[in-house]
Amino acid sequence: MLKAALCGNPNCGKTTLYNRLTGQRQPVGNWAGVTVDKAEGVLRTAGGELLLLDLPGVYSLSAFSMEEEAARRILLEEEPAVLINIVDGTNLERNLYLSLQLLELRRPMVIAVNMMDEIQRQGGKLDCALLGKALGVPVLPVSARSGEGVEALCAAVFRLARQGKTPPAPVYDPAAGGALREIGRLIDGACRTLHYPALFYAARLLGGEKAAARELGLPAGTADKIEEISKRCAAPFGGNQAALLAGARYRLIDAAVDRALQRGSRRREWSERIDALLLHRLLALPIFLGMMGAVFSLTFGPVGRTLKGGLEALTAWTGDFALRRLAAAGAPGWIQSLLTDAVIGGVGGVLAFLPQILLLFLFLSLLEDSGYMARAAFMMDRLLRGLGLSGKSFIPMLMGFGCTTPAIMATRALDNERDRQLTILLLPFMSCGARLPIYALFSSVFFPGREGITVFSMYLLGMAVAVLCGLCLKKATLHQEDALFLMELPPYRIPTLNNTLLHMWEKGKGFLWKAGTVIFSMNVVLWLLQHLTPGLQPVQDPSESLFGAFGRLISPLLRPLGFGEWQPAVALLAGLIAKESVVSTLSMLYGAANMEALSAAIASHFTPLSALSFMTFCLLYMPCISAFVTLCRELGSIRKGILAAWFQTGVAYAVSFLVYSFGLLSSLNR
Amino acid sequence: MGRNTLGDLRPGQGAFIRSVRGEELFVRRLAELGVTPGTWVELRRKAPLGDPIQIRLRGYELSLRRADAKRIEVERRT
Repeated sequence: MLKAALCGNPNCGKTTLYNRLTGQRQPVGNWAGVTVDKAEGVLRTAGGELLLLDLPGVYSLSAFSMEEEAARRILLEEEPAVLINIVDGTNLERNLYLSLQLLELRRPMVIAVNMMDEIQRQGGKLDCALLGKALGVPVLPVSARSGEGVEALCAAVFRLARQGKTPPAPVYDPAAGGALREIGRLIDGACRTLHYPALFYAARLLGGEKAAARELGLPAGTADKIEEISKRCAAPFGGNQAALLAGARYRLIDAAVDRALQRGSRRREWSERIDALLLHRLLALPIFLGMMGAVFSLTFGPVGRTLKGGLEALTAWTGDFALRRLAAAGAPGWIQSLLTDAVIGGVGGVLAFLPQILLLFLFLSLLEDSGYMARAAFMMDRLLRGLGLSGKSFIPMLMGFGCTTPAIMATRALDNERDRQLTILLLPFMSCGARLPIYALFSSVFFPGREGITVFSMYLLGMAVAVLCGLCLKKATLHQEDALFLMELPPYRIPTLNNTLLHMWEKGKGFLWKAGTVIFSMNVVLWLLQHLTPGLQPVQDPSESLFGAFGRLISPLLRPLGFGEWQPAVALLAGLIAKESVVSTLSMLYGAANMEALSAAIASHFTPLSALSFMTFCLLYMPCISAFVTLCRELGSIRKGILAAWFQTGVAYAVSFLVYSFGLLSSLNR
Repeated sequence: MGRNTLGDLRPGQGAFIRSVRGEELFVRRLAELGVTPGTWVELRRKAPLGDPIQIRLRGYELSLRRADAKRIEVERRT
């Protein structure tokens, strides 16, 4: 199948168009870095089918961030038959910069101008035909949101793919153009053998990208000659190679846009008015804190709790019902126990958190789609810089309260590698949704009436630990310079219901899938481990089981933390599979049939202080296996991943120990 | 007429870019985002904590830190 690649700036409506073109449903966000992995879909047109590659949203193709690197690699290696370049019509100049770089790849290409409706609303007018003539490529108007113009785009894409007609190379002013030709002659041979476009590489070399010379494997002599040419041409520009080429590109763009676009006078007025309020010198921070507070209190407060209670009641009812039917059918006791304790009780206990997880993702998705997330990063940069991070780390960190795994993936939007690794390392300290059941259970048993503040302080503790670790690591690595912070503040957009629900459904689906597969099978395995002795004989008393034996082996290690019995040890191990299963495991190990029995068991096995210490440990120790795997992948090596896991578990041990010892010294331990 | 840096502008003030100093990556990135000599920029506001700043150029909004803005020389014309 012929391939088409969809490329564009962040925030230009690329993912929305992708969904339109393929009929797929990828969640969309209004900040840089939503497409973190390459997505593929089939584009069906009247003429036939194409494989459509959705590239990460990038501003340019020089390897500045991981995403740009990825986009460039896909474009060079997958050799798409046609490029679909989507540009934001309300932000033409900057969007067209990438278009010129794409034109330098010398492949069939079409430019789709998105948000045509918004240009008109602003009172402007864009002549697509004129713009197309100036740039030498077909330019088509679309509205990714409404779907207008998408059909015509499909037809054009298919026609181009079949004809394979390459647009002319952009013609820059004599200074840049001459330099490009000179460099092009020097690298022509190397590019031919590698099947790389010579103009694209000439432009990168002229821009001073050293990586380009390495990619082509140029001999030292040639590289020196190119450097000489670039230096000579850049001399009138203060020796600034980047400015020479970027200036030439923008001059070409300005000339084309001037001819084709009549600017409207009502430019993003309302977006500016919202910013005037939401980024107000005095009001911005109170509004921000208020919003965060509202998100948390709605999710974890009365609304979330009521929904959760409903699901719990449903689970209890299902359990009772199954038990009655099984007993009536004369099923053996062990089957009754397996089904009601492990399957319905365990999985149901986890499912009860679905409403809260959906709520949290609803709010995160609204913040993301509206464009407020970028403002949050803008406001938080000053604080995060103290830790050697940037405001951009704030978004993954915030997502970390939902689920660590996608949050780690989201760090790909960070353009500084050191920044990214530190963010990944500290991210698991942001208490994910799966850890909430643990706090909820323990705080309801030991701190009744003060559950809210107890749970909230766990979240705060996580953040405080992250801050302290960040400071220590900054000192330890003798970090010299702050990371670069350049971030677009996209215009506010009203989130579409469709996309918001899509986000929620994606997350909810993932969670349900986990509950149905991993946690389900975990519970069955745990049930078996708990009902068999090391000699594989069935046993009633869990303390004689395989689990009991293993738990007793490691529990002495946990004694200094206040919970040195075997049950919590096993529960923590089970938590490595999924943090949700800490609660369901405890419930099985204590032989508790329902919430009340579990509460009673916990009340007799823990003290308020050891409960606090246990919660602290759960908050901080290494994340679940799925987050761990992602963490290894994103840090780039298993060794680093294991090191990170040891670091996190070590921190957990130290902080829990401090909590417990400090509590013992004071009077909390009655 | 006066020579200044972007970091010295007050909210609401605009100027033309003259040059960008700094390490290669920084200069290239800014150039790609449209911060090239001769471009008109406007300082929109400072973040509530005083840093970073929000600027407007080529019809869009960009934020950067003050320390970086001080490496961008501008020319004010009235």
